[in-house]
Amino acid sequence: MGKYKAKIGLEMHCEISETKTKVFSSAKNSYSEEANSNINPIDMAFPGILPVVNKEAVRMALMASMALNCQQPEYMYFERKNYYYPDLPKGFQLTQETKPIPVGIYGQVTFECNGKEKTVRINNLHLEEDAASLDHYDDFSTIDYNRAGVPLLELVTEPDISSADEAVAFLEHMRSVYQYLNISEADSKKGQVRCDVNVSIMDEDLDDSDPKNWGTKIEVKNVNSFGGVRDAINYEIKRQTKLKENNEYEQMEQQTRRWDEESGTTIYMRSKVDAIDYKYFVEPNIPKFKLSKEWLEEIKASLPMLAYERKLKYINNYNLSDYDASILVKQRDIADYFEKTISLGVDSKQAANWTNGMILSYLNSNEINIKEFFLTPEMLKELIDLINSKTISSKQGKEVFAKVLEKKKSPKEIVESEGMMQITDTGELDRIIDEVVNENPEQVAAYDPERPKILDYFIGQIMKKTRGKANPVTASQLMKEKLANLKK
Amino acid sequence: MKYMNKSIEELHEMLKKGEVTSEELVKESLELSHQIQDECNAFVTIIDDAQPKKVTDNLLSGIPCGLKDNYSTKGILSTGSSNTLKDYVPFFDATAVKKLKEAGAVFVNKTVMDEFGMGGTGTTGHTGTVLNPWDKTRMCAGSSSGSAAAVAAGVYPYATGSDTGDSIRKPAAYCGIVGYKPTYGMISRYGLFPFASSLDHLGVLTRNVKDAAIVVDNMKGIDPNDMTSWDSEKIHLRESLNGQVKGKKLCYIQEICDLSNYTNPSDELKEHLANFNKTLDLCRNLGMEVEEVSVDKTLLNALAAVYVVISCAEATSNMSNLTGIIFGPRGEGDNYVDMMKDHRTKGFSPLIKRRFVIGSYVLQSQNQERYFRNAQRVRRLLVDAWKDLYKKYDAVILPVGSGPAKHLDGSKDILDKDTVVLEEHLQIGNFGGFPSITIPNGFVSKLPVGVNITGNCYDDENVLNIAYALEQEMDYQNQIAKEV
Repeated sequence: MGKYKAKIGLEMHCEISETKTKVFSSAKNSYSEEANSNINPIDMAFPGILPVVNKEAVRMALMASMALNCQQPEYMYFERKNYYYPDLPKGFQLTQETKPIPVGIYGQVTFECNGKEKTVRINNLHLEEDAASLDHYDDFSTIDYNRAGVPLLELVTEPDISSADEAVAFLEHMRSVYQYLNISEADSKKGQVRCDVNVSIMDEDLDDSDPKNWGTKIEVKNVNSFGGVRDAINYEIKRQTKLKENNEYEQMEQQTRRWDEESGTTIYMRSKVDAIDYKYFVEPNIPKFKLSKEWLEEIKASLPMLAYERKLKYINNYNLSDYDASILVKQRDIADYFEKTISLGVDSKQAANWTNGMILSYLNSNEINIKEFFLTPEMLKELIDLINSKTISSKQGKEVFAKVLEKKKSPKEIVESEGMMQITDTGELDRIIDEVVNENPEQVAAYDPERPKILDYFIGQIMKKTRGKANPVTASQLMKEKLANLKK
Repeated sequence: MKYMNKSIEELHEMLKKGEVTSEELVKESLELSHQIQDECNAFVTIIDDAQPKKVTDNLLSGIPCGLKDNYSTKGILSTGSSNTLKDYVPFFDATAVKKLKEAGAVFVNKTVMDEFGMGGTGTTGHTGTVLNPWDKTRMCAGSSSGSAAAVAAGVYPYATGSDTGDSIRKPAAYCGIVGYKPTYGMISRYGLFPFASSLDHLGVLTRNVKDAAIVVDNMKGIDPNDMTSWDSEKIHLRESLNGQVKGKKLCYIQEICDLSNYTNPSDELKEHLANFNKTLDLCRNLGMEVEEVSVDKTLLNALAAVYVVISCAEATSNMSNLTGIIFGPRGEGDNYVDMMKDHRTKGFSPLIKRRFVIGSYVLQSQNQERYFRNAQRVRRLLVDAWKDLYKKYDAVILPVGSGPAKHLDGSKDILDKDTVVLEEHLQIGNFGGFPSITIPNGFVSKLPVGVNITGNCYDDENVLNIAYALEQEMDYQNQIAKEV
């Protein structure tokens, strides 16, 4: 960039996935591969239907509003955003504009980016309904109404972000907040998170507290992954910089562009002058309702610990390193798994090592969620106990871990069925040692405690006889004692 | 006609005593439906396979009735009298329909209306014009035109209606019957095809006040599907009708009722207002106090414009679901925009299109403050003016329209700018969600005319009781239209 700096604002849409039903209908709010399976007449806008507000969705939206340090309104209203599109059955979307006040205004969020603290102001947060999803084919399109009416939170930041890194760090932080509040899985793969990105560039030496210096705002729509956000921002900065350098920037009009993932470019959609007039007005079928102080306080009191607070707890109470704690809290599901394991009585360091090591790498390489993970915290405890009691070795522990997931059996069952139980029974080992001693008189005679190398030979023989099941430490100890007695 | 000219209570008694069966009633009502269809074109659908129902203690059980065609009826064609829904058969019942079914009502037809309720003439439905059974050259008014014609003609004792401006109460007046819309939200709107959500009411057309009370008692109730509905469990309309109105206070508005407001009054208008004054005397005879009050003329003159702005704005948005994509005839075109355009161009009548243009215009961001928001403010002022009256009076009593039913060939009617407020004042009942009832109060040019009583929200019992008492003083209850 050099001579220029970027002003970036984000509009982050995140579905609330944790309500039982949709935001204005009683259809199930659930991700489904089967098209048009979670729908009712309201979602499809059959004549005569009316919206009914899902109080749980409002509660969750208020939680988010509080977590973003926003102000909450005195009254809740919804407004109609009117436009025609096949994914919008009613011909309008129920949403919240800034007048009347939506579920949250004027908040701020602090997060970490490349080791530095960054604060971004939130202009507003509003609760709305998602549209249906469309699939386009050569000469026809299909519409799936499962998504129509799913509660959606739209967060609008001030243009306080200055790089793609910061934008992605912000989004990752927000994903974590939504997950920790237990209001959304915030899974981009399920289409739950979608962004619009506003980018402009300005001369490095100009004062960026004055909006006049901000340059021409370019809105990039439909960026559906965090990687896409990074690429779209970098692409726009490059594109706009080039326009500056070619003295073409001043002619560029305020416009909306679309992110095209395949080509990795943004494509012109429409200019500001062609902006759609959405003819907002207050939805008359939903009477304004007062948010009581008591309810707001109740919600506030119910806010769970967010990632940062949990991280401190892990460091201070569980004696984990900053590094380990940071990895654990990155996703709430993982942190919850870890805490569950601890609550079963497992040592925190061991639990953290397993979770951050074997488990995360398994989840990542198999691209699954920990909720779909076969090995429960109870099984992890079983596995760690087996190792701690020396029933199996640490090395065997890793094999058991793999087999548990492969055969869908508990660690104990695996250890038994695979015959991995170590022989720690000293009587059994004594018997085997006697055999070895009797079969190898020359080596016994050659044994010298000062030159214990020959001990390895005996251990090898023991392992051969037990097919590797003898506990090496115990076996070695017993063998040494036996040989010492023989020498006496 | 042997039975269908009778009141609900009379029919119920006969059914209970076994003097007649539900089957006989349904048969007669269906025969009359076909006859009136030929004469007045009142129905979109005649349900020839309507089944009689078991007679229970519910007054409506086993008795036939009609439903306006904007009531969603499961398995029965529901068009809203629009080509956009000409083949639409809903798969769910409106809450009010469900309640009437539970009461044991038998639906024998779906009645013609102005397209989606947007009109006051009965001439814009996709199946053609509804004719007034008293005089086939005249209109029934609208939009509950078919329901009014059928009840007046004696097809059954009642038919449901909907009322956004005066769509129950004006047709009732033009057809010489009773039209009642209760307080906003007393009857759930779930399943009613919307016109303007903040103004839409369900209600009923009957031939006497008690029947109206009985029917609404069975339609009302809080509904989890309608957030604007409220619990009216403690309101018992029929039971509260005792005719005791001594000491009740009524007012009428000088700026509407005094002949001196009209520069060139027609003979019909003069007669109509004189007749209204006679009705006021009847009220006084009943021991009610009747006083003249004055309301700011500027405010009253803004009424019609406020209605147009708000109702068109909400309508254009409410009817954006009519695209022919999910239901209704699929439009032709290479892309979705053209398909929607084709569907809507072919589907809607010119009157509706005009209203959509107005609605879109007043909602545009550069116009919204000047038109839509100002209209909402004036709506509030009008409602406040009426609420002020209700501090002192039980109800406002006013004449309905400027006389009897207008000619279908409009050229025969003298258009008078002065009478706009007289024609449109019933809309205040929709602005405020007030309970409002029209009853017949006489004849002008041998045709029925009506008087309206409108009270404060939730005061339905009081309003109906006043109408009930007044009705007893006149000879028009249970009248059946006679061709003049």
